[in-house]
Amino acid sequence: MTTAAKQFKRQAAAITKDLRHRDLVETALTNYEASRDQKTGLFADWQGARDAAAAIKTQAIARLDEHIERLVKHLEARGTKVHFAADGAEACRIVKDIAAGHGVKAAVKSKSMTTEEIHLNDALAGAGVEVVESDLGEFIVQLRGEGPYHIVFPAMHLKRDEISRLFHDKLDSEETDSPEELTMIARRELRRRFCRADMGITGANFAVAETGMVAITENEGNARLTAALPKVMVTLLGIEKVVGRMADLALLWPMLASVGAGQLLSGYNTLYAGPRREGESDGPEEFHVVLLDNRRTALLADPELRDTLRCIRCGGCLNVCPIYRHVGGHTYGTTYSGPIGAVITPHLRGIAEFQHLSFASSLCGACGEICPVRIPLHRHMLTNRRRGAKVAGVWWQKLAFKMFNLVAGSRLLWKIITVGGRIGQVPHRLIAGSIIDPARCWTKTRKAPRFAKQSFKTWWRKRA
Amino acid sequence: MTDRAEMLSRIRAALSTPAADEADADARADAARATVRDVLPPAGETFDEKLALFRLHSKDLKTDFHLLGGPDEIAARLKDLATAEGWKKIALHGGELTDPACAALGAELVRTDGPYDQAELEGCDAGVTRCDALVAQTGSVLVTSLSAGGRALTVLPPHHVVLARRDQLVGGLDEAFAMLAEKYADDWPSMISFITGPSRTGDIERILVLGAHGPKKLTVLCA
Repeated sequence: MTTAAKQFKRQAAAITKDLRHRDLVETALTNYEASRDQKTGLFADWQGARDAAAAIKTQAIARLDEHIERLVKHLEARGTKVHFAADGAEACRIVKDIAAGHGVKAAVKSKSMTTEEIHLNDALAGAGVEVVESDLGEFIVQLRGEGPYHIVFPAMHLKRDEISRLFHDKLDSEETDSPEELTMIARRELRRRFCRADMGITGANFAVAETGMVAITENEGNARLTAALPKVMVTLLGIEKVVGRMADLALLWPMLASVGAGQLLSGYNTLYAGPRREGESDGPEEFHVVLLDNRRTALLADPELRDTLRCIRCGGCLNVCPIYRHVGGHTYGTTYSGPIGAVITPHLRGIAEFQHLSFASSLCGACGEICPVRIPLHRHMLTNRRRGAKVAGVWWQKLAFKMFNLVAGSRLLWKIITVGGRIGQVPHRLIAGSIIDPARCWTKTRKAPRFAKQSFKTWWRKRA
Repeated sequence: MTDRAEMLSRIRAALSTPAADEADADARADAARATVRDVLPPAGETFDEKLALFRLHSKDLKTDFHLLGGPDEIAARLKDLATAEGWKKIALHGGELTDPACAALGAELVRTDGPYDQAELEGCDAGVTRCDALVAQTGSVLVTSLSAGGRALTVLPPHHVVLARRDQLVGGLDEAFAMLAEKYADDWPSMISFITGPSRTGDIERILVLGAHGPKKLTVLCA
């Protein structure tokens, strides 16, 4: 077992027993489910909307080369500097160079999973640039020195008393049990940081090829401030985010909001076309867009898995996943958690190291059912299992399946095994779940399945 | 250093084997675009339908929306707000609705049309702007950096008041995009923002709190 797999197993075993954690997740997600269903119910045809969104994103990916060319051409025509990064290290280097070029000491960042993916904050800290997360949830987990727990709700695993204590310790604020007061403490602290930041860093939810814009979705207004106050703005954009037309967002924005957060539309959906232009009174003097590959082209080159690039990072599949809901976001040990994380991480970071994630699924199909762009996530779990077995299969599993193949292919062996099983299950009951039970990895947490008293064939014969 | 040519050639190489569902990707995407209006939430056909939707969503979003009789009523309502909240300093940009309404308030005015001091704007009790459209389908206010006093005015002060005309109420997001494309064509403002309700967060125990970073209050006065 790989280190990552061991860590997953250990953490999952510990957290599934944590009733407080389960309570927190259930409360948060039950409210979300109600508002999500109410909002998707407002659509005239939700399933038709999923078809349309899938078709639009499929075309966006199929013509990615043309879309990127147009996006870049339009952005550059309005004075935006566009950079290209093959991997995370190159992207970090580009942003560090921009910061160094402007003598940046302090930067503010709005929520972005892509910057988490490349560990941009660490890279900038190493270059002497202090980066503050401005999204409330991200700010909280940053103060705790953790990664986000969920791709949409980063601090979902914390209760208000923990946040209050954290703010008291780190920001010297008064303790309070009011979420509103806690939010205001963060607002005051972050407003101060906004006003003195030299650089604003954002991710992007979409980019529009037709008009050359990046689109950022948020609720708090922190991304709006990040793009308004500092003199330099940098947007890190995964190449798969580009869609063909601006009007495509009329469909994708409400879908992202309803599945992602149970809203009809997020608080701020903003398109950025360039730096401050003539006739405008504020905004950054320089606007940089960094287009990031970081193995997205590996998924693109894979016809079977290419559709995973349709993902709009709404987090819907995490919210419905019975595994995610029990083991929580940190257990995955990856930037992208839940079903989408389990499907793409092995291809972004190595199948041998991360193939265990495709077993973090009951194959119930809830993820594929909720996905607004119809990525067949549960099917991809099987794709990954199959491929994982090819490159990093375990000898005893291979042997076990060979044996099963042998037994299931022979009447005589099948009979011997089932009769033996019927007899053997009686003494097995004595040791079930104990340390000497050979089936312990199943029986320590579950009941062993019981053979029926007689087989169907015997029953059929006798009934005549 | 990776450059554009290298990035594009990587993408082209990756795309050289088409996926199964891409055979008629263009035709299917165009067909999808033609049906978008039929799958989305209602957008309203008549003014009354649109108005009812905008009202409904505003209530849900905690946007304070008022349909008024004319510019004079807007000015009077703004004055009431200023008195009730004790505005001492307000920010605005020039416009046929904003100028006369704000001039009558007797508060100190900060203009963000031209160069302005960020600290001054930060100290304002409210920001008064016009908009490019109100979107009935989602209860959104559409603003741009060119038409609503820059990027910060609509998000920095604690109360954002939008002064709008009745004919600015459009049905769906698709209509708003069509309107934008017609109005700005190839001369785009650097920022276009669909503001849907006051600034909000649910990051602490998923409990809704308004005014996370942007305005705690959003008022739309329409005449």
